[in-house]
Amino acid sequence: MTALWGLLRKEALHILRDRRTLAVLLLLPVLQVVIFGYAIRTDVEDVRLAIVDPAPDFATLRLRARLTAAHVFRVVTVLRETEPLERLFQTGTVQAALVFEPGFADDLGRGLPARLLVITDTTEPNTGVTIQNHVLSVVQSAAREMPTRAGGVQIVPQARLRFNPTAESKNLFVPGLMAFVLTIISCLMTAITLTREKETGTMEALLVSPLRPWQIIVGKVAPYLLVGFASVIGVIVEARLVFDVPLRGSVPLLLAEGLLFILVSLALGVLISARTDSQRVAMTAALLGTMLPTMILSGFIFPVESMPRVLQYLSNVVPAKWFVIIARGIMLKGTGLAYLWQETLVLSGMALVLLGAAARSFHERLE
Amino acid sequence: MRRILFLARAEVLHIVRDRTTLAQVLVVPIVQLLVLVNAATFVIRDTPTYVVDYDRTSASRGLTNRLAASGHFRVLERSASLTQANDALLEGTATLVVTIPRDFEKSLTREGRAPVQLVVNAEKGSAAGIVLNYAGQILARYSAELGRELRPSLFTIGMGTSEPAPGRGNPRIDARTRGWYNATLDYRHYMVPGILVALVTLIGTLLSAQNIAREKELGTLEQLNVTPLTRAQFIAAKLLPLWVLGLLDLGLGLLAGKLVFDVPMRGSLLLLFAAAAIYLLVALAIGLLISTGVDTQQQAMFVTFFVLNVYLLLSGLFTPIDSMSPWMQAVSQLNPVRHFVTISRAVLIKGAGLAEVAQPLVILCGFAVVTLSLAVQRYRKRTA
Amino acid sequence: MTGGPPVIEVNDLTRTFGSFVAVDRITFEVHPGEVFGFLGANGAGKTTAIRMLTGLLVPSGGQARVAGHDVYTESEAVKRSIGYMSQRFSLYEDLTVRENARLYGGIYGLTDAEIRERIGAMLARLKLEAAADTRVSALPLGWRQKLAFSVALLHRPTIVFLDEPTSGVDPVTRRQFWELIYETARAGTTVLVTTHYMDEAEYCDRISIMVAGRIEALGAPSDLKKQFGVESMDELFVRLARPAAGASAGAAAP
Repeated sequence: MTALWGLLRKEALHILRDRRTLAVLLLLPVLQVVIFGYAIRTDVEDVRLAIVDPAPDFATLRLRARLTAAHVFRVVTVLRETEPLERLFQTGTVQAALVFEPGFADDLGRGLPARLLVITDTTEPNTGVTIQNHVLSVVQSAAREMPTRAGGVQIVPQARLRFNPTAESKNLFVPGLMAFVLTIISCLMTAITLTREKETGTMEALLVSPLRPWQIIVGKVAPYLLVGFASVIGVIVEARLVFDVPLRGSVPLLLAEGLLFILVSLALGVLISARTDSQRVAMTAALLGTMLPTMILSGFIFPVESMPRVLQYLSNVVPAKWFVIIARGIMLKGTGLAYLWQETLVLSGMALVLLGAAARSFHERLE
Repeated sequence: MRRILFLARAEVLHIVRDRTTLAQVLVVPIVQLLVLVNAATFVIRDTPTYVVDYDRTSASRGLTNRLAASGHFRVLERSASLTQANDALLEGTATLVVTIPRDFEKSLTREGRAPVQLVVNAEKGSAAGIVLNYAGQILARYSAELGRELRPSLFTIGMGTSEPAPGRGNPRIDARTRGWYNATLDYRHYMVPGILVALVTLIGTLLSAQNIAREKELGTLEQLNVTPLTRAQFIAAKLLPLWVLGLLDLGLGLLAGKLVFDVPMRGSLLLLFAAAAIYLLVALAIGLLISTGVDTQQQAMFVTFFVLNVYLLLSGLFTPIDSMSPWMQAVSQLNPVRHFVTISRAVLIKGAGLAEVAQPLVILCGFAVVTLSLAVQRYRKRTA
Repeated sequence: MTGGPPVIEVNDLTRTFGSFVAVDRITFEVHPGEVFGFLGANGAGKTTAIRMLTGLLVPSGGQARVAGHDVYTESEAVKRSIGYMSQRFSLYEDLTVRENARLYGGIYGLTDAEIRERIGAMLARLKLEAAADTRVSALPLGWRQKLAFSVALLHRPTIVFLDEPTSGVDPVTRRQFWELIYETARAGTTVLVTTHYMDEAEYCDRISIMVAGRIEALGAPSDLKKQFGVESMDELFVRLARPAAGASAGAAAP
């Protein structure tokens, strides 16, 4: 056991001395919490609007006032003609435009359709559709107040958002971020640290020593586990303090599931290291094989339901996807094992299979 | 000048002979492009929905049918009980529960309005808002339809460029909507320019950082430092092949984007490549700066990964800049990636010309000058 | 040895790293065409001294002129007149022999014709014509060292610095290497070579022995042996190194 201790100490020293890597490991999660909280959002607010009103009259002015009053919009410019619009859209100066036709009020008075055109920048489809809706709903409620015969029907949607009442994007990223951080630390760092020993040739020295193979792995990896756990706790604490992200469920369950996920990532890291002697290859493989899928296919940022079928199936193979479901369930819904047992089972299964494969591959390389 | 070419040629040989680098440069970007563009989407389809219908009239059934027919919703249950629906929501079987109250049709006919409750699982945040948007649109359209039947309508909504509904001399506001750019609302068209930027950035920054870090590790850097080659010459020679490679990759990516996703290319490709040329200088210079601060390749990769992660997330690539909090938006002005993303989207999707992208382009030029000078400055042939 | 002013003049040259003094006020001269041996144990400060003379490291104190240029203010001019072969083999392993040579020839500003001609001569001298287009990684260590040396000479520098060129090389190759060194010196190029093999000292015109950053012996090998009353350079070294090892324990970095 003292041999194991020695290895642990050496590994810890190694981490502490490589200040740049350590800085990245600790700083990245911290920064990402801030970024995700303030930047990765899809909320639509403060829409820049252009108004084209060739012949302003009381009706158009009324409508314009309503739009301004609805704080969603900011009228950036009022024009007489549509010509400058193209340029305004292309530079991104405006996101939407409302074009009145001349004689608006007259038409209303005479019982003819008073036309107006709502142009939205649909480069980003969802923003475009959301803005369209906002504009239309303002116009619709203004229309109801128009001094003409009231008619028509209106179905009024009353929306409630469950489990995330403010529907704020920021409540969602913490589980994904945890998975991300843990993947970097448990998988990437493990792969790197093991291949580094191989590259420098010191792995042979370790294998020849009285240390058993499992002790070598534990010794090299345990310090990173600690760093990983600390990082994750840091992420949760920071998210709660800065963004008030909820944590409704059981903390011990969350940590336990986290541990399970760590085991899976670790096994992956060991497997990667077993396949190559070069740090560079290990790092590239880890980045492509685990980091990228974790960020993209786990439902962390992009909803899995939106992806083409193929990718949806593929995402089932990504451990992070299951962990994200579990963590979100615990944090946002406050659910326990009763609802999450399936996902936990999948994760456990992955852990067993991967650990077995990792152990076997490690032994094979010794022979 | 000749000296630069000699070293540049050697660099090209290095790249061509290193299989890992070649893969990184040619294969990985294209694969990433294909996967990412398909995955990085917020489009909503087939949202599992439960309908709790207390009214059971033709109006309420009509609503359910419209929802089901839209393609955005998959109506699993048309007349569930409230408990069933709630359970489904909790379990995750349903994402949306639509509750139609008892006197739905009656209220519509008599008073002209009736509520419908929409409860959506907001675990996935952004998706919830969008689901509500789609639902809202369907409700509004259905309102217009019903209005023509039940009560002569004041207000009609036309989607796209449809003709206004025939009235009987009723005054009404006829609002038509039109989407400019990406009218098919294809999320992939939105993502391709952005992902292309990401790829080019990766190549530029990662490869240049790794490159010099590797020479440091191997000791070949020392040999170069001992020669009369100046800093500027050295840097030019190192970056030139990568610069060309970056532009090449952009071309490949554009080709793939056109072939696989049919991405529109409304603006001038020449303008895009010119912007890319300037942008690449910035990306390369940043990689170089990183390499002056690290000792090993591993550190180079790590720091680059860190820097790029932050840059890419704050660039408006995945989520719009307009959705960021205001101070974040200001911070993103300092991000060269943001400006190139803006330019590439404006040129490719909106058909913008030089005048429209002049501002971000000038900013990029500024960045190029600053980062390159910094990089040359920081690179030392002689340790103090 | 040819006549003329010294090609290397070093006076009280010093380099410290924090509180550690790596090179402690060394003073010596190297004459044109000489083969000068820069000896000392590992960690004695040889590499640090060389790095200062080749413009890779700024001295902390003292003066030094190489090929008539001041190392502080004219380090780039120095680089034009010197050749260097580092301790870590530094030709590109994934390039061929010819490609490496062409690269360095170009960097030093030789014309295409000069490059072609000199590479041809180099290959002939080393008998590497057949291997001209094989990757350097495929060459055995001894050949690689000889190649690195020859490439360092392509631009016909005034002085060439060799940092432990024969480390890890078999005795036969070592012999061949030293023949190359002699040839080079006879042709008028000054050679400053560091080594921790004391027997190689006998091959040099003059040597200096560094111990813990200071030069403890300077002169022709035969003169020094007489001066210290020893039979071999090994003995001389042990004699010089031991008191230092006792006095400044642990001062030298491994």
